[in-house]
Amino acid sequence: MTEQNTYLIKGASLLGERTADILIEDGKIAEIGDSLESKDAQVVEADGLIALPGLVDIHTHLRQPGQEDAETVETGSKAAALGGYTSVFAMANSNPVADTAGVVEQVLSLGESAGWVDVRPVGAVTVGLKGERLSEIGAMANSRAKVRVFSDDGMCVWDPALMRRALEYVKTFDGVVAQHAQEPRLTEKAQMHEGTVSAELGLAGWPAVAEEAIIARDVLLAEHVNSRVHICHLSTKGSVEIVRWAKERGINVTAEVTPHHLILTDEKVRSYDPVFKVNPPLRAQEDVEALREAVADGTIDVIGTDHAPHPTEAKEVEWANAANGMTGLEQALSIIQMTLVDTGKITWADVARIMSQKPAEIGRATDQGRPLEVGEPANIVLVDPEAKRTINPEAQATKGKNNPYRAMEVPGEVRATFLRGHATVLDGRLATPINQ
Amino acid sequence: MRHLLDTKELTYEQAINILDTADYMAEVGTREVKKLPALRGRTVVNLFFEDSTRTRLSFEAAEKRLSADVINFAAKGSSVSKGESLKDTAQTLAAINADAVVVRHSASGAPQRLAEAGWIDVPVLNAGDGTHAHPTQALLDAMSLRQFKSQITGKPTRGTDLKGMRVAIVGDVLHSRVARSNLWLLNTLGAEVIFVAPPTLLPVGIEDWPCEVYYNFDEALETHLDAVMLLRIQQERMHAAFFPSAEEYSRLWGLTPERFALLDQMDYETAVLHPGPMNRGLEISAVAADSDRSWVLRQVSNGVSVRMAVLYLLMTGGSAEDFYGN
Repeated sequence: MTEQNTYLIKGASLLGERTADILIEDGKIAEIGDSLESKDAQVVEADGLIALPGLVDIHTHLRQPGQEDAETVETGSKAAALGGYTSVFAMANSNPVADTAGVVEQVLSLGESAGWVDVRPVGAVTVGLKGERLSEIGAMANSRAKVRVFSDDGMCVWDPALMRRALEYVKTFDGVVAQHAQEPRLTEKAQMHEGTVSAELGLAGWPAVAEEAIIARDVLLAEHVNSRVHICHLSTKGSVEIVRWAKERGINVTAEVTPHHLILTDEKVRSYDPVFKVNPPLRAQEDVEALREAVADGTIDVIGTDHAPHPTEAKEVEWANAANGMTGLEQALSIIQMTLVDTGKITWADVARIMSQKPAEIGRATDQGRPLEVGEPANIVLVDPEAKRTINPEAQATKGKNNPYRAMEVPGEVRATFLRGHATVLDGRLATPINQ
Repeated sequence: MRHLLDTKELTYEQAINILDTADYMAEVGTREVKKLPALRGRTVVNLFFEDSTRTRLSFEAAEKRLSADVINFAAKGSSVSKGESLKDTAQTLAAINADAVVVRHSASGAPQRLAEAGWIDVPVLNAGDGTHAHPTQALLDAMSLRQFKSQITGKPTRGTDLKGMRVAIVGDVLHSRVARSNLWLLNTLGAEVIFVAPPTLLPVGIEDWPCEVYYNFDEALETHLDAVMLLRIQQERMHAAFFPSAEEYSRLWGLTPERFALLDQMDYETAVLHPGPMNRGLEISAVAADSDRSWVLRQVSNGVSVRMAVLYLLMTGGSAEDFYGN
């Protein structure tokens, strides 16, 4: 390592708990202490900034290969770095689907050559996400991409026998099935959360029970075959109660929530603006409250952005014809600060747990999500919690302009991101990728 | 009033203003020369993304009676499947200097997007969107109910509302834009709304609506109904397990000859309405459809008057006072 990658972070608040200097050398945290000095190091003034371990997103759509008009690994991972991430899991619903060793290795290589974050490919559970037969899970697990998370996200593994086999089979590789819980028959043509607002708007309902029924089934299956299961983007109060029950019962289940389900409700759909169209749909206020409580009490383990960029034309249409999904990487941390930290529900140490440590554990990303301690990889993000910024999708790194927070003022700004000691973001702006 | 997208946003005063204007327009329709010069030189585009002979004819008649230039744009099916987006269509209409757009679309919310997305800056009239709203239908129903009330009280319609009337809407409320638009407008005008349907054809969330709900048509009929409006049952519902068979639906929720005969035994009058087109023998029996109680054809006539009124008010910024003076 050259001296360019030697940094001395001065006066950061580690997890918001104690103020210290951090010396980064050779990609690792070399020293933590008061009034550290180093004549070679580039000093990063971090007065008033919170230092967290680099964030890990267990749920990102990078769209490559196949939908490069929506996003590329390059643009998506730049967005991730700006959002404070040092690693993202790229979902498998690309084109071709990431259901072979070839595709996951391609995504891995694209991530490596981009160099902004560690891109970890997710493998499809079933061939082509069709829910008919298992994809080559072993080949993907044993490939250079070392896939550990398997998901048909976007589609539910609805066949209970196939889901059971997937849960059993991934144990060979210490893998996990990440389920997109959506009973397909109950959600045919579904457009939004089924409730008061859908009744008025005349949009076909996506009932909570369609998510809850699958989660209930899958935690019981996981118990039966003694596997672990991860539930993607939990969105309802009922889902929280089922996961809470399962955890009390000792079932090996982890659960994820998106930032948008912690702040936006189906009331937004009254505009019929497809920027608010997402799957699972925005739910009711009581669901939002239940999800926040579930993060606070640990029922929900992780925040996953479900960052889902789309080309503009996919959203400038009638609601029913619009694509599902919203971007998330560049403001996830702000939304979490706004909804959970600033409201006193969780601490910055909890943020480190739900946005870094636990997602890394679930995805078996062993060199990510590590504590801020000497000898650990220097994956660090510095956040200014006092900053206020107004979201402008046009100014973001992601190609997707489908950002539901346009013009919203949010707290918190990522000032710097270090990936193994290399600054990918400095002074709130993209610096350089790690391979340059 | 810039657009007419839904009846939910209409105030009491706006609704009465539309109905009073429509009464005047109805009078114009009975003249030998059925034409007003109000929209001479203005262009109205009828943008129909969904098949509809009756509504398009009604709008076209209304536009021509106001002397507007009429362009019919029929884009069957979804705009996406045609390769042209709603945005492109809107911008095309803006480029040819349309003065108002009447839009019918199978997607709920499409007229609102057209009005609010910034692609075109003209009044937008919703001629029916998906299962969301059909405001001119609700207005013509209100106009008909006002006439019915006037027949009974002997008082003129102008300036009156529907206070105290009990209106039952029977059938596929879940998929009905007519039911939704009537719900809001009837409430605004002081009427009570009673929905009658099997639970499969009522939306989840209806408990928050200002209405009474009956699963049993016969029980509802005993609650002093001033009007019964039957909704059309779409063919595709019959094969999707919303009810076991057309026969059973008709037996339980149709205005059968037997139920219709009950109306004659009441000591008050009950009007029968249907937005058309009717499935005779399914939701409404022929004897009911063709009876003196039936308002079906008067509803069609009132449709032209109401659409004239809305076009006039939106495109000229005028009011009913323009015709009645002070």
